[in-house]
Amino acid sequence: MIRSFTAVACLLLAGLQMPLAHASEASNNAEINSLKQQLKQTRMLLEQMQQRMDHLEQQVDHYSTVTAAQKSASGQSVTSAALPEQQSHPVSPQPATPPGSIMPQYAASAVQPALPSVSGANESANAFNPEISAVLNGGYQAFSQSPSGFSIPGFPLSDAAGLGKRGLHLNESELDLASNVDNLFYGSLTVSLSPAGGANVEEAYVQTLTAPFGLTLKAGRFFSGIGYLNQFHSHHDDFIDRPLPNRAFLNTQFGDDGVQLRWLAPTDTFLEFGGELYSGHAFPGGGGAFRGQGTWDAFMNVGGDIGYSQSWKAGISYLQARSTARSAFDAAGNVIGNFTGNSRLWLANLVWKWAPNGNPVNQNFRFQSEFFYRHERGLFGAAATPGAAYLGRQFGWYTEGVYQFMPRWRIGLRHAELFANNSGAAVIAAGVLDTRGHRPRRDSAVLGFSNSEFSRIRLQLSRDATQPKIDYQLGLQYIMLIGAHGAHQF
Amino acid sequence: MKRYMQKLMLILLTSVVMTGFASLAEASVRIFACEPEWAALATEIGGDDVSIYTATHALQDPHHIQARPSLIARMRRANLVIATGAQLEIGWLPVLLRQSANPAVQPGQAGNLAAADYVQKLDVPTRIDRAQGDIHPGGNPHIQTDPHNIAIVAGVLLHRLQQIDSDHADAYQKRYNDFMSRWKQAMQAWQQQAAPLRGMRMLVYHKGWAYMMRWLGLVEADALEPVPGVPPTTSHLSSLLAKLKQQPAAMIIYAAYQDPRAAEWLARRANIKAVKLPFTVGGTDAATDLFGLYDDTIHRLLMAKQGQ
Repeated sequence: MIRSFTAVACLLLAGLQMPLAHASEASNNAEINSLKQQLKQTRMLLEQMQQRMDHLEQQVDHYSTVTAAQKSASGQSVTSAALPEQQSHPVSPQPATPPGSIMPQYAASAVQPALPSVSGANESANAFNPEISAVLNGGYQAFSQSPSGFSIPGFPLSDAAGLGKRGLHLNESELDLASNVDNLFYGSLTVSLSPAGGANVEEAYVQTLTAPFGLTLKAGRFFSGIGYLNQFHSHHDDFIDRPLPNRAFLNTQFGDDGVQLRWLAPTDTFLEFGGELYSGHAFPGGGGAFRGQGTWDAFMNVGGDIGYSQSWKAGISYLQARSTARSAFDAAGNVIGNFTGNSRLWLANLVWKWAPNGNPVNQNFRFQSEFFYRHERGLFGAAATPGAAYLGRQFGWYTEGVYQFMPRWRIGLRHAELFANNSGAAVIAAGVLDTRGHRPRRDSAVLGFSNSEFSRIRLQLSRDATQPKIDYQLGLQYIMLIGAHGAHQF
Repeated sequence: MKRYMQKLMLILLTSVVMTGFASLAEASVRIFACEPEWAALATEIGGDDVSIYTATHALQDPHHIQARPSLIARMRRANLVIATGAQLEIGWLPVLLRQSANPAVQPGQAGNLAAADYVQKLDVPTRIDRAQGDIHPGGNPHIQTDPHNIAIVAGVLLHRLQQIDSDHADAYQKRYNDFMSRWKQAMQAWQQQAAPLRGMRMLVYHKGWAYMMRWLGLVEADALEPVPGVPPTTSHLSSLLAKLKQQPAAMIIYAAYQDPRAAEWLARRANIKAVKLPFTVGGTDAATDLFGLYDDTIHRLLMAKQGQ
């Protein structure tokens, strides 16, 4: 068997070298190179095949002894049937091979995976390295009003709700490590590196893989499963910035140290319930109330497909936080007030996606909308004062549509609005809680280009009426992923 | 609002319990097949003893699937997940596995079958660099374009089904034997039918046909995608056109899910045929099962060759 195989291999090589000689006479360099490449590949393939052949022969020997033993015992053998027939058939695209030559090349075993294709590649300790990826992200922004004066009248904001800097800038770079820990757990670490220096643990969590009854338990620091957009990293988005209500109500993205339990119902329609308990240090909490378990939430998601072309997901969530001296910041990062009291947030979200025949490669459309209602009651005052009574009833929503009209290109439109009804002694004229009779709005249009799944460039224009004076904004951004393949999340 | 939400929860819980009971009635092996070819193979070997959910269909690009809620829900109760593997489903299968909370189908379990693990892969890159496009470090994952690979996976699938559902081991064995005898005959017939195609040069849309090229002795001249995963650009197509003038190819082949415009554009200018192939079960009207898939593939190639 081996001998005939080697003979075929030699013929094949000879066949390849002949056209090579031809080509050199014609002094066509490109062709020589491509042929050389082919030759190299063929050689490698043959070497691999040789290895596989040796392995296979051993296996065949093994199986024939096993089969013989079993046949003498029972007549029919499962093992022998499970080993697929090795198909022999003429090989090769190369015309040099004599027709009818036989070469079994589909080496494989029914019970054991094929050998690693590049032998030795996975033998080093590095094979256990987690998936590593990094997101590189930077751009340019221009504003008609100064972003350092940014505020949302009536809304006490946390530190990450602002607009970013003018001009050329580097955004946070992100480093991700993820891997199965063992057969029971999965772990993931995301570190964001600030352009000013310093690293920040954005997410670091472990979760169960094989808990019973459809349960999944997650622990560590992670982005909350409330709402739709909140759980995604910002490089997943189609717009440069998060929607206005996410910035006002969730300080752009809510995550904290805690635990999460999710239950996936055993139904054909997607139905998921989840609950989270957090330390209560992150906005809208603050101060780590109740001995470091000051925030909890619950959420429910439903989803499914409509025919081949449409799919949807809807959810409702509730988040309750006890805030102790939660700071409010201005755009420059100065503390301009603090809140102590209860903060409750209700969310409802809907996302609907369309792609012709469910194939989003050429064309697809996504509609997405989220609604927020917040109820806050407590004391609000300037830093280091106990503050005065404050009751905030605030509402916000956004809706966006993104259409990929041809491969690699997409456009998106978004509208967002906020509305506040604040009352109590803490609401003083021209103060943080004073809405000045204004209703914040923001409209954005984005044009995105992505050469492959791993690179994205986008241009965004916004009309920002968050404050009474309208701000026209332009943003240009690149987001590139290097390393492990990202996840296609819905 | 609170009361309304309570009501909603109650309705949902009742429906959960009811569907839970309904699912107790079907006592078969629930298979989650990532691609239609594995669903078709599972039908051949599993017959009435399995119920099959197919995650994708022939008009979808199996690389670009999102971890949709419907897929997560279906994987939750599956006993066996059949994937191609070799990173074909890298963007979505790991997400499904993590979110489905189903211990039985996690990698390493009997309920997780990655077909490409069992066949010798082609196009294994010696240099792994994304400048070469969305390449797969383990080799070309599109193993279903060669029927020999189907035969190998059939053996693996038989073994797994017997492991998971030993009560029906004999029935699986019987269907496997029957399928394999028909399959071997069919393979011989295809081999003969396709003999005139041997040595033919063709352009491909995506490097998805390496196994068929080897099987039928075809020659892949070039790909319309500049690098795998990046859609054809006009500049790349123009350079292909110039190349074709020097070194002609017989035809351009593309899969049912791929946009035909690039292939047709180039075919018109080079005055060759652009041929749509089913790529998997369901890709064309005639490719209703695994046999139809290869029948129609060879038929379409032969028709295009005759029309030259």
